[in-house]
Amino acid sequence: MNIVVCVKQVPDTAEADVRIASDGSGIEMEGLPLQINESDNYALEEALLIKEDRDGEVTVITLGPDSSEEVLRMCMAKGATEAVRLADPAFDGGDAWATANALAKAIGGMEYDLVLTGCMASDDGMTQVGVTLAEMLGVPHATYVTEMEIGDGAVTVGRELEGGLLEKLEIKLPAVVTIQTGINEPRYASIMGIAKAAKRDIDTKAASDLGLDTAEAGKAGSKTTLLGLDYPPAGEGAEILDGTPAEASTKLADVLKEKGFA
Amino acid sequence: MNDVLVLAEHLNGELKDVTFEMLAHARGVADASGTKVAAVLLGSGVGDLAERLAQQADEVLVRDHDGFAHYNSAVYQPVLADVIRGREPSVVMIGHTAFGVDLAPSLAVALDAPLASDVIDLAVEGSDLVGTRQTYGGKVNERVGFGGAAISLVTVRPAAFAPEEASRGGSVVALDTEVPDEPAFRRFVEYVEAAAGEVDITKSDVVIAIGRGIKEEENMPLITGLAELLGGVVACSRPVVDAGWLPKDRQVGSSGKTVKPKLYVAIGVSGQFQHVAGMKSAETIVAINKDPKAPIFQAAHYGIVGDLMKVVPALTEKITELRA
Ligand SMILES: Cc1cc2nc3c(=O)[nH]c(=O)nc-3n(C[C@H](O)[C@H](O)[C@H](O)COP(=O)(O)OP(=O)(O)OC[C@H]3O[C@@H](n4cnc5c(N)ncnc54)[C@H](O)[C@@H]3O)c2cc1C
Ligand SMILES: Nc1ncnc2c1ncn2[C@@H]1O[C@H](COP(=O)(O)O)[C@@H](O)[C@H]1O
Repeated sequence: MNIVVCVKQVPDTAEADVRIASDGSGIEMEGLPLQINESDNYALEEALLIKEDRDGEVTVITLGPDSSEEVLRMCMAKGATEAVRLADPAFDGGDAWATANALAKAIGGMEYDLVLTGCMASDDGMTQVGVTLAEMLGVPHATYVTEMEIGDGAVTVGRELEGGLLEKLEIKLPAVVTIQTGINEPRYASIMGIAKAAKRDIDTKAASDLGLDTAEAGKAGSKTTLLGLDYPPAGEGAEILDGTPAEASTKLADVLKEKGFA
Repeated sequence: MNDVLVLAEHLNGELKDVTFEMLAHARGVADASGTKVAAVLLGSGVGDLAERLAQQADEVLVRDHDGFAHYNSAVYQPVLADVIRGREPSVVMIGHTAFGVDLAPSLAVALDAPLASDVIDLAVEGSDLVGTRQTYGGKVNERVGFGGAAISLVTVRPAAFAPEEASRGGSVVALDTEVPDEPAFRRFVEYVEAAAGEVDITKSDVVIAIGRGIKEEENMPLITGLAELLGGVVACSRPVVDAGWLPKDRQVGSSGKTVKPKLYVAIGVSGQFQHVAGMKSAETIVAINKDPKAPIFQAAHYGIVGDLMKVVPALTEKITELRA
C-alpha cells in the first residue's frame, strides 16, 4: 500500500507577537519557530502505522521554501521512505487552488493508494487543499477524519462533525483523506533516524517538471487574490486586571467574591 | 450583480444556526448590490424547513428527495453544481462546518470558481465582492478578492454573524434537478453519537478550562486544585484531549461540548474560534494568558496577562485566604 502524505511547514504563532510584513504580502517570519503543521503530523503517523501493518512506501511531499526540507527530513527520520519538495519561485503567493493544483500534478504522476493531508493548515487556515486535491486527482475524499480502518480496496473512516458526532463512511481507494488531530499518538524521531535522514536526498521539482505553465502556478494560477492584511480590530476586550501575579490575583479574587464565586 | 445563494444546512430535521446567520448577512450583501437572497435546500421530507427558510429568504429552492436522507458530498455536489449553473448567483454561501468544508472545495473545482473559506465578512465594494478571513489563529485578518469571477463561493464561519428575525414570506420553488444514486465510491454508513462520560461539564455552574499553555501533564493538579476550590469542573481545549491528558467529554468547542456556565475561566487557552464557539455564552468569562494579543481576551470579561504557573497558585492562595 503506497501512501502520499502532504505536509506543510508553518510558523508557531500561538505565543508570538505576529507582525505584518512591510510589503503586506505576509507576516514577519524572523524569530518564529518553524514546525510541521499539527494535523499533518497526525497524518504522517497514520501513514506510518499503515505502512508498518501492510508494507509499502510512504512519500512525503511539500510545496514550500528551502527551510521546509527540515520538515521532510523529520518525516523521513520517523520512517517516511521518500520525500519530494515542489520548489520554484513560480509557486510563490499561490492560494489553496494553486497549491492543490501543483500537488495534484506531482501526485498524479505517482503510484498511490491513499493520499493523507492534514485537515487544516494552522497558518492560513484554508481547510481546502485536501478536498481540492482530491477533486483535481478525480478520486473520492473524506474530511476531518478521526478514525480510519483500511479494508479491501476501500477505507472506512469516521468523520468528526460538530459536537463530537461521528459520521462513518466507506470510500473506495485510491482516495484523499484529511486527518484531524487526536486520531493517534504521533511518535518522536529517534536520534539515529535523524542522523540517517540528514543524508537522504530530497527529490526537488520545479513547475516545468510538473508540466505546469508558470501562468498556472502560484499567484498567477490562483483563483482568489490577496488584497491586504490587517490586524483584527481591537474590540472592547476584557477588563485587564494588572499588576504582579499576586496583585492581579487579588483583584480577580475580589471580583469572584463580589459575584459570589469565591 | 446576481443573487446571493445560501445553502441551508440541516441535520435530523433541524436547520443549523449558521444557516440563519448566513441568511442575515446575505441580506446585507443583497441590499448593497440591489439583488435577492435565495436559499437552496436539499433534503428528504423537508417541507417545513422550506417554510421556515421562506421567512428569511426571497426565494427557497427545494429539492426534496430520498437521496438526501443523509448528507453525502458526492451526491450534493453534482446537484448543487447543476442548480448553481442554472441560476448563476454571484456568490454562494456555505457554512464553514464539517459539512461545508467537505463540500465547498469540490464544488469550486466542479464550477471552476474561486472559493474563500472561513470568511467572517463579505462586503460589496463597487462591483466587487471582498471577503475577510482570519489567519494565524485569529491574529491577522486577510482581505480576499475573487478576481472578478461570475460565480464565487465562500464558506462562512459559524457565529460570525447575528441571525435576524424576519417574516418575508419568500416563495418556495420545488426543483426537479436530477439526483444521482449514492455512488459506490462513497457510502454513508452511520452516525455515531459521542459516548457520555463520567462528568457532564455542561451541568456545572463553574468551568475551569485549561489549554495547551499548561505545557506538561504534571502541571494539571494546579488546575484541578483551583477547580475544587471554586466548586467547578475541569474542562479543556482540543490539544489537551489530543495529548491524552483529559477525556474527550471534557473538550469545549465546536467539535466538543457547548457550555453556558455562570463562570468560565480559560487558562492557557488562545481562544481560536473553534474553542470560543463552545463557551462564548458563559455569564462571566475570565482569561489567564501570557500573550496580551491572545484572541481569548476578546471573548473574556476579565483578563490577567501573565504566566499561569505563577498566576494560578497566587489566585488559589488568595481565594483560600478569602475563605479563611
Ligand atoms: C475542525 C476543527 C475543530 C476543532 N474543534 C475544537 C474544539 O472543539 N475545541 C477546541 O478547543 N479546539 C478545537 N479545534 C482546535 C483549534 O483550532 C485550536 O487549535 C485550539 O483551540 C487551540 O488550543 P489552545 O488554545 O489550548 O492552544 P494554543 O492555540 O496553542 O494556545 C496556547 C495558549 O497558551 C498560552 N500560554 C502558553 N504558555 C503559557 C503560560 N505559561 N501561561 C499563560 N499562558 C500561556 C499561549 O499564549 C497561547 O495563547 C478545532 C480545530 C478544527 C480544525
Ligand atoms: N504548501 C503545502 N505543501 C504540502 N501540503 C500542503 C500545503 N498546503 C496545504 N497542504 C496540505 O493541505 C492541508 C490543508 O491545508 P489548508 O487547506 O491550507 O488549510 C494541510 O494540512 C496539508 O496537509
